[in-house]
Amino acid sequence: MRDVTCPYSKEVMNHFRNPHNLGEMNEADGIGKVGNPLCGDVMRIYIKVSESEKGEEIIKDIKFQTFGCVAAIATSSMVTELAKGKTIDEAMKITRNNVADSLDGLPPIKMHCSNLAADALHAAIKDYKSKKLQSEDVVI
Amino acid sequence: MRKVYMDYAATTPVDDRVLEAMKPFFSKKYGNASSMHSYGQDAKNALDNSRHILADSINAKNNEIVFTGSGSEADNLAIKGVAFANRFKGKHIITSSIEHHAVLEPCEWLEKQGFDLTILPVDKSGLVDPSAVETAIRKDTILVSIMHANNEIGTIEPIDEIGRICKENDVYFHTDAVQTFGKISIDIEKMNVDLLSTSAHKLYGPKGVGCLYVRDDVKIEPLIHGGKHEFGLRSSTENIAGIVGFGKAVELRKGEMPTEMRNLTKLRTILIKEVIKIEDAHLNGHSELRLPNNANFWFKFIEGESLMMDLSLNGVSASTGSACSSKSLKASHVLLAIGLKPEEAHGSLRLSLGKYNTAEDVEYVLNVLPKSVEKLRKISPFKRDWNSENNFEKNIRT
Repeated sequence: MRDVTCPYSKEVMNHFRNPHNLGEMNEADGIGKVGNPLCGDVMRIYIKVSESEKGEEIIKDIKFQTFGCVAAIATSSMVTELAKGKTIDEAMKITRNNVADSLDGLPPIKMHCSNLAADALHAAIKDYKSKKLQSEDVVI
Repeated sequence: MRKVYMDYAATTPVDDRVLEAMKPFFSKKYGNASSMHSYGQDAKNALDNSRHILADSINAKNNEIVFTGSGSEADNLAIKGVAFANRFKGKHIITSSIEHHAVLEPCEWLEKQGFDLTILPVDKSGLVDPSAVETAIRKDTILVSIMHANNEIGTIEPIDEIGRICKENDVYFHTDAVQTFGKISIDIEKMNVDLLSTSAHKLYGPKGVGCLYVRDDVKIEPLIHGGKHEFGLRSSTENIAGIVGFGKAVELRKGEMPTEMRNLTKLRTILIKEVIKIEDAHLNGHSELRLPNNANFWFKFIEGESLMMDLSLNGVSASTGSACSSKSLKASHVLLAIGLKPEEAHGSLRLSLGKYNTAEDVEYVLNVLPKSVEKLRKISPFKRDWNSENNFEKNIRT
């Protein structure tokens, strides 16, 4: 649904108004950081990963912090919702388009510049994996 | 929810009296001002009357008023028109880094066509140094274009002095007065200007009408050729209703301007005084030499489009110089020119007041704005500095 007095979808405005999973995370297992203040968008995604009974690595908790426009904040909030409770392999498959679609679309001009949340999520997972490798190295 | 419009620098509502004056010219007095019959003459008289009101308001002659389709068109006509007409005299044009795009873009386009362009810097408050204009003038300089007051930060330029320098050096001087006309009194003789652009929709008139004052001895070519309307400088059947509205709006300004500007200055001063009390809030532009209705700030660690939209959700309409809200996705060239870093320019907010704003409106904004800033700072990863890497590292499990 599109409110004609607003360039963004209702869903985008809902997430902007009440962002989900907002905040810092102490002792995160992985942190993803994308963007640059010069360009006007910076996103940070923090994840906590735990192993399920089946031995899968699950995103147990996820938080975000964002400096940026409405689209940047809403996509960050949405990606945390999409990734929460997923395995890290499933979360790696979340794309920028998935995020935009879940928000009922973004203005075309925002598709490229402010739709970085999936990248931040992927960066957090990669960070988690490399930390895990490092700690395994230490153990060995 | 209260609705507060504080974006009068973007556009203003049409005054009811202006609308009433315009109405007959749509379906009753619809003649073409070029026609000899009574319908045409009604239109012609209305056109002449508006022309006279505008001329009188800036101390010009009737034949020096050229109606255009917008302020941007007036700027384009002034710059390209003078450049083409004087290209055998010289090819050098001087302007400033904080001009409106309607001035900068035509100048840069002319540069591509083989003209030379000097873009003068401004100081931190947005002022052009008149002595820098004097130094930049060369033998082949044909035009200087410096705005009367800046549309974003409201800084009022030393136009009288720049005009005098241009006159002494025999160089045409154009000023974009779109933001000042109707707010500050304009006397083209005192200002020594040869060309001056204005627009109706900034002073409670309709959109789609502008005006270029062209001193009667200026050599200028038209942009639009055709039926020789507007002394051959702007062919097109005249937008009579719009021009009548422009005339009426200017006529009303004459009586209302002094009191209104005193009121707006008062409200604006309270606004600035209170907003800069917010932590890490800064005023952009000059503290005194600024438009009576303009306030422009930047807030550290937040982004302007988010701020503008959060204010909008709370009923306040304002604007920002952030890249995210611009079609070009670039931060405001004006804010960068006064020395703001891009990340600082992204956090800018312009509040521009108008005659329908009240003390209660200001109070409401002062209540809503700090909350919006606080909310967005909670979302932002930056808390103490832009390079919060130390802060960042501490979150990683060790």
